[in-house]
Amino acid sequence: MSLLSWAIWLPVVSGGALLALGREEHARTARWLALIASVASLVVTLPLISGFDNGTAAMQFQEKISWIERFNVNYHVGVDGLSLWFVPLTAFITVIVVISAWQVITDRVNQYMGAFLILSGLMVGVFAALDGLLFYVFFEATLIPMYLIIGVWGGPRRIYAAFKFFLFTLAGSLLMLIALIYLYYKSGGSFDILTWHKLPLGSTAQTLLFFAFFLAFAVKVPMWPVHTWLPDAHVEAPTGGSVVLAAIMLKLGAYGFLRFSLPITPDASHQWAWFIAAISLIAVVYIGLVALVQQDMKKLVAYSSIAHMGFVTFGFFIFNELGMSGGIVQMISHGFVSGAMFLCIGVLYDRVHSREISAYGGVTNTMPKFAAFAVLFAMANCGLPGTAGFVGEWMVILGAVKFNFWLAAIAATALISGAAYTLWMVKRVYFGPVANDHVKELADINTREFAMLALLAIAVLWMGLYPKPFTDSMHVSVTELLKHVAVSKLGS
Amino acid sequence: MNWSAVYPDIVLLAMACVVAMVDLWVTDPRRTLTYWLTLLSIAVVGVMHLLAFNGGATVYAAQRMVVADPMGHLLGVFAALAVIISLVYARPYAGERDMLKGELFTLSMFTLLGIDVMLSANNFLVVYLGLELMSLSLYALVALRRDHADSTEAAMKYFVLGALASGFLLYGLSMMYGATGSLEISEVFKAIGTGQINKSVLVFGVVFVVAGLGFKLGAVPFHMWVPDVYQGAPTAITLLIGGAPKLAAFAITIRLLVEGMSGLGGEWQQMLIVLSVGSMLLGNIVAIAQSNLKRMLAYSSIAQMGFMLLGLTPTVVNVNTLSAANGYSSSMFYITTYVLTTLGSFGIVMLLSRQGFESEQIDDLKGLAKRSPWFAGMMAILMLSLAGLPPTVGFYAKLAVLQAVVSTNLAGYIWLAVAAVVLSLIGAYYYLRVIKVMYFDEPTDTRPIVSTGDVRTVLSINAAAVLVLGVMPGGLMTLCRDAIVKALTT
Repeated sequence: MSLLSWAIWLPVVSGGALLALGREEHARTARWLALIASVASLVVTLPLISGFDNGTAAMQFQEKISWIERFNVNYHVGVDGLSLWFVPLTAFITVIVVISAWQVITDRVNQYMGAFLILSGLMVGVFAALDGLLFYVFFEATLIPMYLIIGVWGGPRRIYAAFKFFLFTLAGSLLMLIALIYLYYKSGGSFDILTWHKLPLGSTAQTLLFFAFFLAFAVKVPMWPVHTWLPDAHVEAPTGGSVVLAAIMLKLGAYGFLRFSLPITPDASHQWAWFIAAISLIAVVYIGLVALVQQDMKKLVAYSSIAHMGFVTFGFFIFNELGMSGGIVQMISHGFVSGAMFLCIGVLYDRVHSREISAYGGVTNTMPKFAAFAVLFAMANCGLPGTAGFVGEWMVILGAVKFNFWLAAIAATALISGAAYTLWMVKRVYFGPVANDHVKELADINTREFAMLALLAIAVLWMGLYPKPFTDSMHVSVTELLKHVAVSKLGS
Repeated sequence: MNWSAVYPDIVLLAMACVVAMVDLWVTDPRRTLTYWLTLLSIAVVGVMHLLAFNGGATVYAAQRMVVADPMGHLLGVFAALAVIISLVYARPYAGERDMLKGELFTLSMFTLLGIDVMLSANNFLVVYLGLELMSLSLYALVALRRDHADSTEAAMKYFVLGALASGFLLYGLSMMYGATGSLEISEVFKAIGTGQINKSVLVFGVVFVVAGLGFKLGAVPFHMWVPDVYQGAPTAITLLIGGAPKLAAFAITIRLLVEGMSGLGGEWQQMLIVLSVGSMLLGNIVAIAQSNLKRMLAYSSIAQMGFMLLGLTPTVVNVNTLSAANGYSSSMFYITTYVLTTLGSFGIVMLLSRQGFESEQIDDLKGLAKRSPWFAGMMAILMLSLAGLPPTVGFYAKLAVLQAVVSTNLAGYIWLAVAAVVLSLIGAYYYLRVIKVMYFDEPTDTRPIVSTGDVRTVLSINAAAVLVLGVMPGGLMTLCRDAIVKALTT
């Protein structure tokens, strides 16, 4: 078994075992087993980073086994510079989620932990899959654990949110299934994504395929105007669910653009780039303003996620290296930052059981250690230089200036609105006098919470101060992809 | 006379008579002896089919009235399995409702015999004979709880509409006979191929044959009996109706329409498209409105049959055998996996029923995840499979059918595929609702779920098979394809 297979199947199998064998009364054992399994799953992804060769755009750590002979489907996994970092990121976030649930989740612990472990493995599978059908299977299968996580451990409107999440995403991805089957026939019976990259396609076919893929990925990202499921899902999901949703699941859609839309339909991508850029910028500007008026902290961060993801898709469709690398860096940094933001809200929610901004005020007086972390993550969320949030946004804006100055100017307003909604929330929640008795009685974070926030803080600062390992490893793959996209498929 | 072709049928007939006789002397209310004897006989029949399937030969017998080919044998294995599974699930349920009598076993075996006859039919009359044997046994089974008003009503409906359907089929077949001068399926095929036969008579005949088959499969607009019978029949019998007979209906569809009348493919494929889209549309939409689980599964079965029929439609365009086999085998894969899934779902429904309590409402599943996480997980897998989500086998069934449709590379068919996925999205809603009820709602009934060891084991294997086939679907797909290719080339 290759390293990637370990990264996929270790969490899936251990999660499945927890689900099947766990008992309600053995919650403590379930927690420890989940922690061991998630840390082990993280450890197996580390050799991927150390063994990765930055000098090539080819797929690395490949493994290819015939899976369904009848349709020539292979179990084919591998990573390149575009997908490499998401594998350890997913495993890392899962460790954080397990720690965050330690004392909070008391109901059906084994099922909760099992669902997150399975979800983690499936998401790694999405990033690693090099076979179209394998990708689709992982992509769809992630819906099931998330549906249960929102529905079982969620808030009061969890059922509505769970259904909306599931049906929105499913509606988007079903047309992708037809697109995959169509490509299978066009390529003479192959589900291999890399073969599809080289497949010549006519103009109409490219446009239809582009929009079939667009629908699937746009819902997942989510892009305006199909984003409405995300605030509902975030608000109702338990903290761990929100963290995984924001940190990893949204990236599945953005990653899809890189792996499918751009290389398979380059001409349609160029033709419709204005469209993607336009709705990305609407997300950046309009959703940024929507975030400003939110009363609910989780909703605010959810809208801020949509705005940040707008940056990512915008960066992909301006077709230069800075924009595309910036988009990918933004995906990774947003994984750390948004996860951390939701964890902070979770920490407060566990104590006060309210997510309303107005229920807080002056938290820094009673929880100084926690507030320090929270402010750091808030700064990263509005893109302060030196934090992870800065690098990606700055690269995208720089790339956009090369592409079109005015579009860059519009995108740059996000830094203002991002600072506005984040800092205003920080001011109202953390600073000022102690607002009420609930806040007065708050206890500062314990060792467990300190550990999980510290891990994320290290990641956020590391990426902000020294992003070179990230950009170096994606450089060759990004240039290769851009070269590929620049060549029309129509002529051949 | 080549007896080996009909060995399984002979064994089944003999054992059905033996069981009927032996049961007269059984006084045990649990019918242990006849129950195991029945299971054993059916298992033997299944193994005989399996051995013959492995042999791989196509054998004609009884003046070419019957044919034993890999497709028939493979479906025979599945049908035997389906009846065994049904009987295992049915036993505790039937025992509590005074239905566990010799009749249940004998009639089940005769149902299977009818199915086996249909599977190996090479002649219009044999098709009809098998169909009636199966149908009459099922009518009687539905009425087995004779003091129960709903069941009796369902039996009447089933009988009247079923007889009508048989009439349609017979009428259509007689017209084909009149036009071609032969009852033998391969002769009819040849006669149509000559092109010298009055087309309007043939088309008229095909219309009636398709109508009859539509009734048996339960496709719109011939679906009216399905919800009432599924709901009204005792769940143990619903299981028998919803399982193996679907395999037989599929087999005679292949025998009649493909092996006999593929010369008229242009006509019947158009009809099947209408039947298919209508079934998916009505089945999926009406199922949303159901609060009764059995009725919901009935509408779900209508929608699923619609999807299955879709796989039979795209093949006239590319006439070569391999691409035709692609479409037909996708339908065969679809129907076998559907039967496997549906058996498990009704198994869970029966598991929740107790003495004097019929678990029929979707709400009866409330909080099942708390009462029994294991069975809730099983049911969740089954529902996800019906919804066609990976990594369950239902996804690959839908994938197989869709790829057959897209393979035509015609814009019209690709839109048909788009319609099919959009309608299955609607379907996903009501399957998800079952999961919602089990996982998100609090239980209203906290009594523990009692089940016997064999039910527990078989049910677990059943659901696990849905998941395992979802991870490794390749083998079954290849089996179906090879069987269909053999059926088409001989």
